[in-house]
Amino acid sequence: MLLRLDNVSKVFGGVQALRSVSFDVAPGEVLCLAGENGSGKSTLIKIISGVYRPEPGATMLFDGEPIDGLTPGVARSLGIQVIWQDLALFPEMSVAENIAFERNLGAGLRLVDYSAMRDAAAGILARLGVTLDLDSPLRELSIAQRQIVAICRALIADARLVFMDEPTASLSQAETDALLVIVRRLSADGIAVVFVSHRLAEVLEVCGRVTVLRDGRNVGTFPTQGMTQTRLTELMTGQTFDQAVRAADHSASATVLEVRNLTRRGDYEDVSLTVRRGEVVGVTGRLGAGRTELALSLFGMNRPDGGEILLNGEPLRLRSNRDAIDAGIAYVSEDRLSLGLVQPQSIADNTALPVLDRLLGAAGLLSEKRKSVLVSEWVRRLSVKIGRPEDAVSTLSGGNQQRIVLAKWLATEPKVLILDSPTVGVDVGARAGIFAIVHKLAEEGMAIILISDEIPEVYFNCDRILHMRDGRLIDEYLPGATPIDRIESHVHA
Amino acid sequence: MSRTTTTRPAAGAPTLTGRLVAWGSTSEVGGLLLFLALVVLGFSLATDRFLTAPTFASIAFQLPELGLLTLAMLIPILSGGLNLAITFTANISGLALAWVLQAHGGAEAGMFAFALGVFAALAVGALVGLVMGAAIAYTGAHPILVSLSMMIFLRGLGEFLTRGGDISGFPEFVRLIGHGWFAGLPVPLWLLIGCVLAWHVLLSRTRLGLTIHMAGSNIEATRYSGIDTRRTLMLVYTLSGVMCGIAGVLMLARFNSVRVGHGEAYLLITVLACFLGRVDPFGGFGRALPVAVALLILQVIASGLNLLGANQHLATALWGAFLILVMVIRYLWASRSPHRP
Repeated sequence: MLLRLDNVSKVFGGVQALRSVSFDVAPGEVLCLAGENGSGKSTLIKIISGVYRPEPGATMLFDGEPIDGLTPGVARSLGIQVIWQDLALFPEMSVAENIAFERNLGAGLRLVDYSAMRDAAAGILARLGVTLDLDSPLRELSIAQRQIVAICRALIADARLVFMDEPTASLSQAETDALLVIVRRLSADGIAVVFVSHRLAEVLEVCGRVTVLRDGRNVGTFPTQGMTQTRLTELMTGQTFDQAVRAADHSASATVLEVRNLTRRGDYEDVSLTVRRGEVVGVTGRLGAGRTELALSLFGMNRPDGGEILLNGEPLRLRSNRDAIDAGIAYVSEDRLSLGLVQPQSIADNTALPVLDRLLGAAGLLSEKRKSVLVSEWVRRLSVKIGRPEDAVSTLSGGNQQRIVLAKWLATEPKVLILDSPTVGVDVGARAGIFAIVHKLAEEGMAIILISDEIPEVYFNCDRILHMRDGRLIDEYLPGATPIDRIESHVHA
Repeated sequence: MSRTTTTRPAAGAPTLTGRLVAWGSTSEVGGLLLFLALVVLGFSLATDRFLTAPTFASIAFQLPELGLLTLAMLIPILSGGLNLAITFTANISGLALAWVLQAHGGAEAGMFAFALGVFAALAVGALVGLVMGAAIAYTGAHPILVSLSMMIFLRGLGEFLTRGGDISGFPEFVRLIGHGWFAGLPVPLWLLIGCVLAWHVLLSRTRLGLTIHMAGSNIEATRYSGIDTRRTLMLVYTLSGVMCGIAGVLMLARFNSVRVGHGEAYLLITVLACFLGRVDPFGGFGRALPVAVALLILQVIASGLNLLGANQHLATALWGAFLILVMVIRYLWASRSPHRP
């Protein structure tokens, strides 16, 4: 074995991120590391790449040699490379500079040898059988091409074990196929590749085995021969989903939100949809399909070029998100960290921010009493676990932060709630809690749009699923009526 | 897990010093008041001329100009920006007042002309601020660039209008505003106290105040919460300009003249006063009252050094050294405050 880990655990301030996990990789093997967000995949990679130390008692062998006390520098010199989803490249630098970047680190006062750098970069590209212009700035490259640059950067450092974090998340089918060709080539050269993903349909074919993590535990390592997407999903979530479909027919209920031929050039085109009272409508599709842009238009923050938005039959003219909020539309952003909450500020102020107008007391001043009543009411109703309301929101866990986001929007008493990827960075247990809230809101009559690129999430939480691709709604599925595998293969085809 | 208590073995009743230190490190204003007390004690021991009525009077008369300008600097910093044009905005506002007074007979001008002139001064300050706020809110340009450009524009405009000279010759009652006493305190100090309280209420009790803090931490997240952050930024700089206008009126009354460039040296000291008053340099956190205490500390140090040192230049150097010390202490505080890891 190239790498063998046993009994690896990790605790972060009382939270057990990994519990006695075993993991091994053979030279030249292509392995899947599968698990939902929060299952411990990232923690495991960070331990293998020397960023975190495991708790005492772990065994870590590389080439049969113990590698206790691993640091990022040592890990790299052993040939362990991680290509994170954000790729960590330099957009303003050229392809050659990006590839050969690390070779120039620690070069002291010596001048950068540009021709040697270009030669090295060209050599690596040739080895992969890829042509890229060495001099074009990275920002002009597609995501797929940037990924190749990141792979080259790993190879130039004599990688023997490469982790690829969600490599196919934003690739088309053709690009994914090209990536898999490169991976096979690496594997033939004896370089081990570990795909890290929670959506593995495309990569299952290239992998020999799949290791599944759930809630920080090792569920097991399975041969991919005969493994289906459904079975893998069950292994990752620990749930069987046959009984979990909750789709119901709402066509008799009143239409709350209606969108007619909405278009915004470059973002989305000719989108028409309806959401009825008590209905949860899923919108899925790949990254960049225009889902968030559409949601922002419904929230008054991305003005459409044409089409109509009607709420309870009345046409809406949204000049700002304040208009949308006042009309009864709330939007939970996909980016909780930088758009959903003002992280360093208090839980109370974050909850109160969208409804300050309702907290005015004597002389038009803010009433501390009204604010604390509002905050404690929502903290109680959504069972948010907080210390004190004046603590910074950043002190809360992902799941509790998302509950505060829901609290601040529910405080505006919306008729339509748009949830954009609401479980990103929320661990598995907390997700169920958030969806329980969503289902309860729907039962109380709220119209809900759930945007997610995780098919199981929309499949088991929505009444209907709309499929968006390249800015258009191209299909509609009914959970239960259409098997989940079919939807998976449609969306990711 | 059992929690162990960390009491010292021989702990009886805590000492007075111990309790003071504990209070100083937990309360926002407490630590600064403690520091102020130490500074006053130090100067009292160094010279017996320190704890006297004349010293108090000199501090009470000098503090308000710097104080008002610091308040004008405070809210832009809280919103995550900066206003480098404060001193010249004050000068231009003073010019507006001077112009109205001169148009109504100069030294013979009456109360009505003065009221009109004050209104003109505040309006000019507000307009200058509004222009900066609009530029920052709508173009997304950095507040430093915008306010620096405004500063250069105002300086040039002011020097052109005054031909680089003084404008003087105002009615006697204007001088009283700068030098008179009311209910046991100098009139300028009353003005400062009023403005500090107004800012305190604005920042801690109003919608705008809360919004300024939120926008200072993360303006995009604030905008996504349905706040019109452009309006917030415009109000921030407009209010900053109004406060400059008040400072301009006071400076005219204190010097009995207007000169473009008066108070220029205060600019960076206002920034220091904000930071010493525990305002986060990156925006989002800070209150008016601690800043007021910080101002007092700075003025006491300046006045005390003046009393001690025969040499003006050495006094300036010592003041700078004090400020460095103060920044170190402030940093040590900040590194213990809960919102920064």
